[in-house]
Amino acid sequence: MKLNRFWVGIVVVLLAGLAFTKIADNEFYFYAIYAVLQLMVMGIAWNILGGFTGYVNFGAGGFFAAGAYTTVFLHKALDGPPLLVAVVVAPIVCGLIGLGIGYLTLRLKGVYFAIATLAVAIILETLVINWEYVGGAGGYYFLIPEKIPFFDSYIEWLFTVILVITLFAIVVSRYLNSSRIGQGLAAIRDDELAAECMGVPTLKLKLISTTVMGALMGMAGAPFPYFITFVEPVSTFSLLIAVNAIAVPMIGGTMTWLGPVVGAIVLGSIQEIVTVSISSELNMLIVGVVLVGFITLAPQGITGVYRDFRDKRRRRK
Amino acid sequence: MSEEILSVKDLTKRFGGFTALDAVNVSLSGRERLGLIGPNGSGKTTLINCISGALVNEQGSVSFKGQEVTGLKASKRARLGIIRSFQIPRPFRSMSIIENLLVPMEYAASERKEHGQLRDQAMEFLELVGLNDRADENSSNLTQIDLRRLELARALSAKPSLLLSDESMAGLSSSEVDEILDILLALNERGVAVIMIEHIMRAVMKFSERIVVLDAGKKIADGSPDEIVNNPDVERAYLGE
Amino acid sequence: MFELFVNAVVAGVLLGGFYAAVALGLSIVFGRLDIVNIAHPAFVIIGSYVAFIMNERYMLDPILSSLIFLPVFFLLGVGMYRLYYVCFERTGQESLSGLAYFFGIMFIIEVLLILYYGVDYRNVQAPYIGETLFLGFLGLPYRMLVPFITAAILTGLVYLYLSKTFLGRAILAVSQDRLALQLMGANPVRVKQWAFGIGIATAAVAGALLIIIQPIEPSVGRLYIGRVFAIVILGGMGSISGTFFAALIIGIAESLVATFIGPSWAPAVAFGLLLVTLAVRPQGLFGRAG
Repeated sequence: MKLNRFWVGIVVVLLAGLAFTKIADNEFYFYAIYAVLQLMVMGIAWNILGGFTGYVNFGAGGFFAAGAYTTVFLHKALDGPPLLVAVVVAPIVCGLIGLGIGYLTLRLKGVYFAIATLAVAIILETLVINWEYVGGAGGYYFLIPEKIPFFDSYIEWLFTVILVITLFAIVVSRYLNSSRIGQGLAAIRDDELAAECMGVPTLKLKLISTTVMGALMGMAGAPFPYFITFVEPVSTFSLLIAVNAIAVPMIGGTMTWLGPVVGAIVLGSIQEIVTVSISSELNMLIVGVVLVGFITLAPQGITGVYRDFRDKRRRRK
Repeated sequence: MSEEILSVKDLTKRFGGFTALDAVNVSLSGRERLGLIGPNGSGKTTLINCISGALVNEQGSVSFKGQEVTGLKASKRARLGIIRSFQIPRPFRSMSIIENLLVPMEYAASERKEHGQLRDQAMEFLELVGLNDRADENSSNLTQIDLRRLELARALSAKPSLLLSDESMAGLSSSEVDEILDILLALNERGVAVIMIEHIMRAVMKFSERIVVLDAGKKIADGSPDEIVNNPDVERAYLGE
Repeated sequence: MFELFVNAVVAGVLLGGFYAAVALGLSIVFGRLDIVNIAHPAFVIIGSYVAFIMNERYMLDPILSSLIFLPVFFLLGVGMYRLYYVCFERTGQESLSGLAYFFGIMFIIEVLLILYYGVDYRNVQAPYIGETLFLGFLGLPYRMLVPFITAAILTGLVYLYLSKTFLGRAILAVSQDRLALQLMGANPVRVKQWAFGIGIATAAVAGALLIIIQPIEPSVGRLYIGRVFAIVILGGMGSISGTFFAALIIGIAESLVATFIGPSWAPAVAFGLLLVTLAVRPQGLFGRAG
């Protein structure tokens, strides 16, 4: 019955989202919620390798930007194809990048993998800065189509796309978490040597985890050029994206698919409020401080704290 | 006398300039109980690591059930039926006791799955070691003896044909040692060959049908417990010249 | 053409020497203590800003001000390690959370610097900056030569300290055998604290050298992450001499790429070398035993 409850929830959220596009009159809501959902996908993706498997990725910005620039490339090469083409191609490209990094470094200690992810992000950024075809350092302008069927404005369409991507990410994450693969990933996270000796094919599962993470991050980045309309390397490869991707599961909880969802809503809301009312630099400071605060004081995140609280109550009975 | 299940031939393992194992030969028949002893640093754990696949040997070969396994990953060997327990227990800390057992059941023993609920089968193994009434407790805060029990139960649930037990009794009281011994003997009754590394002599003598002695990476003796006890080379290795 | 090549190599050597100063602290902390302080370059940038402020307000030479502030940086390092130890090492969580912790610290430092000083480039004034020493066709700008010499001296001092003094050798030992260290009467936690303090103290000097060589702004530190980790790993994790030579190699490689391909490709060189090293020979060129 729990399975059905989940799927019903997914469908309800999707329908509510669609309804929202018809009801809401202020476009600002769509921009704000888009940002939160983008955070959510990045956090869910990061958590698959980070929380489920125990390997840290510092280069989330690289995967995200790779997805965005795949869209830019396709836009230029195929003369403005529909967004959905990019949404399908970007995860393939980014999944392969993830697989590549994993293959190079996952036989080594987790530390080297983490550093390698940062290295790849900077190398990709340098490549893009020097690549005039996609705009190079100067950037690339995106023209949004005037009319779009079924929706009143393009942002409503983008909102729907990112909503579907988010729900997809949640479904994938939940599947990985609760399946046999999830047990293997958790074993790798808890004790990789013991997992290997208990028959878990650790390298294979780590590669799967890295590839899925890369693909989902690429998916999150694919609609970004349409959202931001001007794509340039520095802000697209921004370190803030990488920090957010880590902060979201750290705040919400790393053990299940629900953690990043909670974390994205909390962090996303804080960021929206601070950026709008005070400044974007202060927003970055707050994200950093919140991240370090949760890592040192509450590494199990909000959902983890709740779970501990609930277990304590149960034990007292 | 059952057929040969494990054959280690001329196994050599080096760490940089240091030779940990030097052309070691060991064979084991199915259901046999082999004790592996030797002074500290003689290479016992290294040998276990090479057999289980945690380390790769430079020279020599390891065959299991007639199949060459040298060079195979540890997870592959585990799926074939070579299972090891660790000297210092390594539980999966985020999981409950019974969840710890589900991992090897899903992976190492995946080709040896029986019908029925995995959880019920896991409970049987927990009963064997006496942890069944705490199946859903988290595994991170257990006492030493409970950790050892869990380590063995987890190894059991991988449905091994060969169990490599690395000092599973170190630091336990006399009655706890007997308890672990009983579990290992029961396991052997079910048809599992066991190689036991142990320093507690009375356990080794009671348990082993045959004993292999290592010293400084070389095998210096291989025989019945009585033969080993009366072997002057063994005495010299432990007590010095 | 030949002259261009030789000048590029020599410039690379000078640059590499400076890189060694930046990587020195990480060589101790990551190479020896296995603490992944990814925020090390951020501390170097703090050192640069300290030198900048002292230079702007009091006309102090940057290297001099870094020496004055050495104790402050040392204590800062001790404090950072204590926090890291209490939250992570003690509970055995180093891997995931420890990495993210330093990543967060690095980010906070960068953002604080942006908040206080903005994103404008800053530099320092000193009598030797802007002058060049000419040896035949070789041009040695003083703003590169002085940091190189300082870096070499610093490296030499650290090398001597680690191999000759009791505390220095304790640092070398603590990663290899905690128990033996304790039996010798040294507290491993204190030794690590001391080592981390030294690591951050070197960042103060490296920061001063950095702002002599080039103008800085808060995000410059990020470019150095790849360089320092590439140097430490290539140099063999904790070998001080290995670090120095690896730094020279990276410096020369970057200089050649900048001269013959283009300066905008330079940041990728170190990271690229890092990836290649990780893929092909993770123990580095001068790998440490064990």
